[in-house]
Amino acid sequence: MRQKSVENRSVDWLHGASDHFFDLCRIRADAYSTIQYGAKSVTIPVCQMWDGGDQYRARMQEIVTFDNVGLRYGTGNEVLSDISFRLFPGSFYFLTGASGAGKTSLLKLLYLAQRPSRGVIHMFDTDIVTLTRDRLPGFRRRIGVVFQDFRLVPHLSAFDNIALPLRVAGVVEKDLEGPVSEMLDWVGLKDRANARPATLSGGEQQRVAIARAVIGRPEILVADEPTGNVDPEMAIRLLKLFEALNRLGTTVVVATHDVHLLSQVRDAHMMRLNRGALSDPTGALRNPPRPSDREMPEAGILPEALK
Amino acid sequence: MIGLFRATTAERRLIPEGRLTGPMPWVIAIMILFTVLAVASGLALRSATQSINADLAGRVTVQIVAADPVQQEAEREAAEAVLDGLDIVDRRRTLSDKEISSLLTPWLGGEDIGDTITIPAMIDLDLTVPADDAALAQLQQALADDAPSARVDAHGAWLRPVFDLLQSLQILAVVLVLLLVIATASAVVLSVRSALNTHGDTISVMHLLGATDVQVARLFQRRVALDAAFGSLVGIVIAAVLVFLLSQQVAQLDAGLLNAGQLRWMDIVALALVPIAVIALTIITARITVLVALKKTL
Repeated sequence: MRQKSVENRSVDWLHGASDHFFDLCRIRADAYSTIQYGAKSVTIPVCQMWDGGDQYRARMQEIVTFDNVGLRYGTGNEVLSDISFRLFPGSFYFLTGASGAGKTSLLKLLYLAQRPSRGVIHMFDTDIVTLTRDRLPGFRRRIGVVFQDFRLVPHLSAFDNIALPLRVAGVVEKDLEGPVSEMLDWVGLKDRANARPATLSGGEQQRVAIARAVIGRPEILVADEPTGNVDPEMAIRLLKLFEALNRLGTTVVVATHDVHLLSQVRDAHMMRLNRGALSDPTGALRNPPRPSDREMPEAGILPEALK
Repeated sequence: MIGLFRATTAERRLIPEGRLTGPMPWVIAIMILFTVLAVASGLALRSATQSINADLAGRVTVQIVAADPVQQEAEREAAEAVLDGLDIVDRRRTLSDKEISSLLTPWLGGEDIGDTITIPAMIDLDLTVPADDAALAQLQQALADDAPSARVDAHGAWLRPVFDLLQSLQILAVVLVLLLVIATASAVVLSVRSALNTHGDTISVMHLLGATDVQVARLFQRRVALDAAFGSLVGIVIAAVLVFLLSQQVAQLDAGLLNAGQLRWMDIVALALVPIAVIALTIITARITVLVALKKTL
């Protein structure tokens, strides 16, 4: 596979974009470019393009496919229009866009909290749009979600909140103790295991929410601004967890405003939403991740519970 | 009660169990009290009806109403002879003048009333068959020639208005029980809907984590079952005390009709089953309410 870094080309198309800095690209963590856009100066990771995408497409079956998906709430205008993309197993995606662009709505479609108003969504080789209600729980258990507002159960302790997906999945109590304690330890909250969410800081709540999302080793992890309330060190630590999970095969989709995060994950794809529309000028998103680039996570990044 | 006790301790914590703090246990206690009293009344009335019916089912009185005492005596003797020859007559007993006078004393006064007015002769019969219209017609026909002034009355006919009243009261008791069942179910529906609204966020999170509707419903079933169990205990204790005191008072009255309405062992067992039935009703109602409500969500 011949991979070519095309820094200048990236900057070119970024400059050529009329209303946003970048749309879709494959991010290189080791190359950055500072670009001037109007009065703004932004440092962004350089996009990579590669040849031979068809070859990978042939080898990898997409885990999620959106075709011309539209979403409107009630009788209002469409908040998402003609969204089409594919997510491949083991890929890492950042979803960016201004507030109100439709990121959370797109994530809701991904974690099956919403059905589209139109279009087709395939997930795990199944048409999700026509899927009956009684089959949804089985699919939801394969998806981990970090909600923007955490959505921790207020009367449950941190331990019980993290254990919730396992209990829902029917894991017996004696098998819960170890993994949940380890996750608590990993997110630095072992001594707050019995604390209720109301007594936790925003950052601590976010870490509980993340631990809850990943403890079930989901096939897809969807995170809505997962690092919004944590300090930079913890943000990087959490991203490394996502990346490590990703390397173990979990497809990760992270919605974020923070462009600096984009450089923290190697080989991440980026999707940009603008007023409900998804841009894909390079077609990079349609390319699967390259298995040759994949490495096992470093020792210590992942708790044993997730390995 | 499907899967009621399958919820683990941890699962049960998902929906806070505000045990005994809300109105639900007390509402159920009141419903149980009224239901048990209504059922006890219905059973006592049924017992009274059955008992009286059994006593009077084959009993008939033949009155010889001829005004002339000589003719009345002749007809009485003829009637006795005819009745003794009938297969459907099991036992015959002619009331003495003294017995008839004592029966009339409360209304007419004195024991020598037979000297001033002609009192009908009365013959009590126990039939081998129920004293229905056909049996009465057969008796009347048999007596027509030899005792033309004879009138045949079934004892049951005298008490027909009482029977009708007892039956109406039984129907009323059944209707009351049905209304109480509907009221209890409605209270459970309202309580569960309120709880669903209160815990909507938790339920939504559970759904998004992959919980099934049945898993969510089970949490509410258990919560309602605990309320119902406590309410049932309180209700049945109060009802048992009331029923006991009432039955003691009835026993002291020594009135035949009321005493016939004593509860039997089977009735006591049926009353003891009322709380269990109410608990089952609340659980099923809660389950259906939750499942119907969740069907409207994704």
